[in-house]
Amino acid sequence: MKLEVRNLSFSYGDRKVLEQVELQAEEGEFVSILGASGCGKSTILKLLTGVLSGSSGEILVDGMPVRGMSEHFAYMPQNDLLFPWKNILDNVCLYGRIHGSLEEARKEAMENMAAFGLAGYEKSYPSALSGGMRQRAAFLRTALCKSDILLLDEPFGALDVITRGEMQDWLLSVRKRMNRTVVLVTHDMDEAIYLSDRILILGGRPSRVKAELSPEMPAEGRNRDWLYGQGELRRRIHREIMETESGKEDRL
Amino acid sequence: MEKWKKWAVPAGLLLLLLVFWEAAVRINRIPLYVLPAPSQVLRSLAEEGATLAGHARVTVGEALAGMAIALALALILGVAMDAFPAVKRGIYPVLVVTQTVPMIVLAPILIIYMGFGTAPKILTVVLMCFFPVAVSFTDAMGQMNEEYVQLVRSFGAGKWKAYRLVKIPAAVPGLISGLKVAATYSISGAVVGEWIGAQSGLGYYLLRVKNGYMLDKVFACVLVIVGLSLAMNGLIRLCQAAVMPYEKEKRP
Repeated sequence: MKLEVRNLSFSYGDRKVLEQVELQAEEGEFVSILGASGCGKSTILKLLTGVLSGSSGEILVDGMPVRGMSEHFAYMPQNDLLFPWKNILDNVCLYGRIHGSLEEARKEAMENMAAFGLAGYEKSYPSALSGGMRQRAAFLRTALCKSDILLLDEPFGALDVITRGEMQDWLLSVRKRMNRTVVLVTHDMDEAIYLSDRILILGGRPSRVKAELSPEMPAEGRNRDWLYGQGELRRRIHREIMETESGKEDRL
Repeated sequence: MEKWKKWAVPAGLLLLLLVFWEAAVRINRIPLYVLPAPSQVLRSLAEEGATLAGHARVTVGEALAGMAIALALALILGVAMDAFPAVKRGIYPVLVVTQTVPMIVLAPILIIYMGFGTAPKILTVVLMCFFPVAVSFTDAMGQMNEEYVQLVRSFGAGKWKAYRLVKIPAAVPGLISGLKVAATYSISGAVVGEWIGAQSGLGYYLLRVKNGYMLDKVFACVLVIVGLSLAMNGLIRLCQAAVMPYEKEKRP
């Protein structure tokens, strides 16, 4: 589904965090929102899911306005938030449990366990899994939502560098299988370049979209070597972020 | 080896104390109505075994009934206090104040209202056990990571479904801590109720043998009370292992 955000503004009390943020994502597109810590990236996702309210502006899904909690979005937070008291299979079937389609969700989950690197761990509890596996389980839980738009809030932020790299490779490989519109929030420049069709740079105080970039998609697909060759793009992103950061200093 | 050492010190100290006690009573010819020797207490425990078992059954029944009622009340009131802040503001301070009224004052009043049957004893247990269970349960719900609730809400769960799926299960470890405290109180609660007025139960037995200056039997009965209180605590630990199997699978 197509997502469109127009003129989104939001304040925490007196502090204005977001100022007229504009965002579009076409059906099946992978869009990253890149910005420094505390710039309000996660706030955008919380407004989309309806966890936060009180914003001005418009959120449209396929042209229809959305208010409050909606079934269009599947949210994945930075912490895996797996339930320690449920095994992996029950954890990933959360959406099915809530919407009364548990059996169907179980079947679908079992079909996807191997692709998500969780085969054989269906009956294990989250505490027995490594950080990367837990994150993949949280991914599967989000992917099993019937929602069409995935909102990923720094999904690999809590992982070590090596595991994070593996997870990015893995996400790139399962993107087709998930076949959804994705909005990823991250502060990791390489992650954004590696995974996205389009990158929005958020900055300033209050934050707005400062720049929009589209990394190329080579015919043979992306890999790490391709990523290491993106020096020019990285320089540009760095410049954009530093500009917005220094602008912030001036105003303080 | 390590485990053996851990037990050796307290067991040795206890044994030393008992030997000293036995010797002191024998050498000084201390009469029974002042202090019985440990060997005399054990003899009485064996002789009175059947009688004590009969009274213990009554006491344990009251304790279990009281615990069950306290648990049900704590669950209902805990959820109500968590869901409606006004209820919490109104009831929580009252709960704390009721705990400061000495049970030895309340128990006779309960007997005046409810007669000499088992009802006032069960109510005494309820009054003693309810507070630790309700407080630990309510606090556990209040302190849980709010992101879990946001997650299930964003997945489409309503307010009460969020309680069933996340809040109550997440508060189970807290609830069990409260139950462990309550379990050790429960037997004493029933004994206090029986002490004030009853036809059976360990409290009734205790009062009778105390009035007859049969201190060996008093001590034997106290041993039974200690054992039963520990057993109640052990029962909760068994329940814990049954409802929280995920604790065992934790990575070291």
